[in-house]
Amino acid sequence: MSSAEAILSVSGLLKTFGGVTAVSSVDLQVQHGELLGIIGPNGSGKTTLVNLISGFVKPNAGEVLFKGRKITGFPPYRIVGMGMARTFQMVKPFYQLPAFKNLIVPLCSPRIKAILGGRYGDRDAIALDLLEEVGFERDANVAYKPAGSLPQGYLKRLELAKAMALRPDLLILDELFSGLSLAEVASIVPIIEKLRFQGKTIIMIEHRLKELFRIADRIAVLNFGMKIAEGKSEEVMASEAVKKAYLGSESG
Amino acid sequence: MLLGTLIYGFVNSCLLALLAMGFNLTFGISGVANFAYGAIYIFSGFTAWIFLNSIGLPYALCVISAISLSAGLGVLIYHVVIKRVKGLALSEVMATFGLGLAIMELFRYFDFVGFKYTLPNLIEGSVAIGDVYIDYQRITVILAAIALTGFIYVFTHHTRTGLAFRAIAQDERTALTFGIDSDRTAALSMGFGSALAAVAAVVVLPLGTIAVEGGYDVLLNALAVCIVGGLGSTVGILVASVLIGYAQTLTANYLEPHWMMLVSLIAIAIVLCIKPSGIFGHQKELEERI
Amino acid sequence: MKKRKERIDRGIKVRSEDVFALTSYREMLYLLAPRALPVAGLLLFLPLSSPYWREIFISTAIYALLAISWDVLVSVGLISLGQSLFYGVGSYVAGALNHYWGLPPVLTLPIATIGGAAICTVALLPVLRLRGIYFSMVTLVLPLMMLRLVEATRIFGGTEGLTGLSPFPGQLTEMYLANACLLIALFGFRRLMDSDYGLIVRGISDNDRAVMNAGLNIHWYKTQILFLGAAVGCFAGAFGTHHDMFAGMPGFALDYSIMPIAAAIVGGTGTFAGSVLGAFILVPLSEILRALGALRIVFYGLFLVIFVVGIPEGLFHYIRRKYHQFERWVEVE
Repeated sequence: MSSAEAILSVSGLLKTFGGVTAVSSVDLQVQHGELLGIIGPNGSGKTTLVNLISGFVKPNAGEVLFKGRKITGFPPYRIVGMGMARTFQMVKPFYQLPAFKNLIVPLCSPRIKAILGGRYGDRDAIALDLLEEVGFERDANVAYKPAGSLPQGYLKRLELAKAMALRPDLLILDELFSGLSLAEVASIVPIIEKLRFQGKTIIMIEHRLKELFRIADRIAVLNFGMKIAEGKSEEVMASEAVKKAYLGSESG
Repeated sequence: MLLGTLIYGFVNSCLLALLAMGFNLTFGISGVANFAYGAIYIFSGFTAWIFLNSIGLPYALCVISAISLSAGLGVLIYHVVIKRVKGLALSEVMATFGLGLAIMELFRYFDFVGFKYTLPNLIEGSVAIGDVYIDYQRITVILAAIALTGFIYVFTHHTRTGLAFRAIAQDERTALTFGIDSDRTAALSMGFGSALAAVAAVVVLPLGTIAVEGGYDVLLNALAVCIVGGLGSTVGILVASVLIGYAQTLTANYLEPHWMMLVSLIAIAIVLCIKPSGIFGHQKELEERI
Repeated sequence: MKKRKERIDRGIKVRSEDVFALTSYREMLYLLAPRALPVAGLLLFLPLSSPYWREIFISTAIYALLAISWDVLVSVGLISLGQSLFYGVGSYVAGALNHYWGLPPVLTLPIATIGGAAICTVALLPVLRLRGIYFSMVTLVLPLMMLRLVEATRIFGGTEGLTGLSPFPGQLTEMYLANACLLIALFGFRRLMDSDYGLIVRGISDNDRAVMNAGLNIHWYKTQILFLGAAVGCFAGAFGTHHDMFAGMPGFALDYSIMPIAAAIVGGTGTFAGSVLGAFILVPLSEILRALGALRIVFYGLFLVIFVVGIPEGLFHYIRRKYHQFERWVEVE
């Protein structure tokens, strides 16, 4: 796995907040088209890592390469323009707007204009199509309901649609499955599979290990801001360091 | 000349620090917008004057009454106005600013205008340092500033109430889970800040007259110091006060007095270009707020 | 039996909401009337009114423009406490161009609008990246500073200001120009904010992180809106200068900062029409109150407080709600 083929390459990433080290010298390579899962106990720095990669937080040290280009310190809009998109753990849509109108803003992104060859297209229509793709039933007109009235399952799908609207090559999903029932998770998985089939690379931060292991190619484990394991799900779960991280040092 | 500039510059710096402290405590440290600050300053001045001249109380009592009444006014403003628009930070600003406006202009309407409105010096007399004479009142300004700064620092870092002040600014929800009554704390902060305004008024106003325009100037100066030093940082206020204070005095002595305000403007402009959140400000820029 | 108030959209509103083909003149009238009537009223009323009321109208138009300018900035989350900055800058630019270079109003107005806006935008650029409260603080401080700056440096006529500037060619021209610009600003910005551009702008105000995440450069949008808002304000200043034939320190006065905010709050923030409505209520009212002297400002201040605290939605929203909905008491099970 040489870094020349990796779509995303993170090396020596370090972030401290005041006296606390949130992310400590993390190295990571993500290959084109794979689905990488990132797991770890609460507070292990997973979301901070995503913030560092997507440009919302500037690192104290280290480098991030996306498609071979250095993006360390770039603002989020530039990184999105290059083909990365992320979702947020805390889903906060524009509550008073209808669900589909929530997608208009990402569809106004310059990236869309470039991809569609100089025009933006009919944003309303594209938004409605996108929502149908993520499972908003067309005949129930769910897409027209104000976002504030939607239950969590739909909100998560909306969040996913907002990321998909940007037509990213790398999609980072921060705890997409949290707060969803098994059935809801089962209904979202095919959408993710379809994205993979389209050739997209996906990184998923998750606490729902069982559901994640079914779809992920590889897993990376963080604890206290450091990467403590990496590999296939069976290898990773067998590792002593991982067991200690999740269960505490009293185990084994 | 140099010694004079050195000393009077220091007095000016302490004056600015005194003015800004109360405002910073409420707005910078607790996050409660109190744009009626200038009005409260003037209110306390006039109140002390009324108690002294119209009612005839001994001055010490006037001072205490003025401070207490100002504190009460601050708490009242919180409960009547600010509490109802809490959360919408800018509504707080507008509402308190409007109120302050009303209060100040009310004084003007009732003809509290003119040179007879002055407060007596706390201590009469002066002393010579080298060949420079400095009156005791100005020394009081220096001492008050030092005492106040020390007090505020200890208060906000080492007492429960003070730490509560800082907590409600950072994250109200979390503060609530720690059992901090954010309403009570905010009201207390308003009261404190207003009391500090009154203390500043009692110490500084004897140097001149009590004028409604002074209220606007106080708010202006406090804002300027806070912008340059960094909202919320006690150390920043001190540094900014010294910088602006000396710059103003130097300008007044070596150029012309009416250029003094220009100094504050230039200071703000420089800070905005180099470090917009202030010298010691820890306003995280947008990118870091997740 | 407990009752609650239920609000239902009138049938005609629901039908005319998504209009692809209006099916009756009645529906067209329903939508058109609130827009056309005030406009027609203005156009007809103006030439028929006395000079005193024309003066009041000009004053109202200027404050209405400043209020629209304030509203524009608010829509992206910037709350300006110093509209007089824009007025003063526009006023001085127009005044200086006219006084020192003899340019006529037809040139000074556009130059002051664009140039003044550019100056104000550049001055406020550094604070755009910080939390909104800094913008408010700096806009509060800047005009007050400018006052003292002019006083100290005595530039542009110092305390006396620039006098004897060129007036507009005729009072009717003046009025119709003010009217036209007001209506253009009003309908123009409403249109803009209803479009997808407006969605982005209001999105920034609502949740800027989400808009950043959508691949948009929010700083660029904020800068654009700042420029637009400043332009409207500077235009008001330039217009006022040629109306008064004077440019001076009063251009940075508190009045120009507070009145527009009061107008927008009373009329209803975020609707632009509300700002205009508020101005049309408050300015004539303040004329009538002028006899009270300093009490006038007390009144403004209290007004501001009462409206911010008590009727935060503003009059325009209230009126619109009444127009579009009817209420009835319903029993609650």
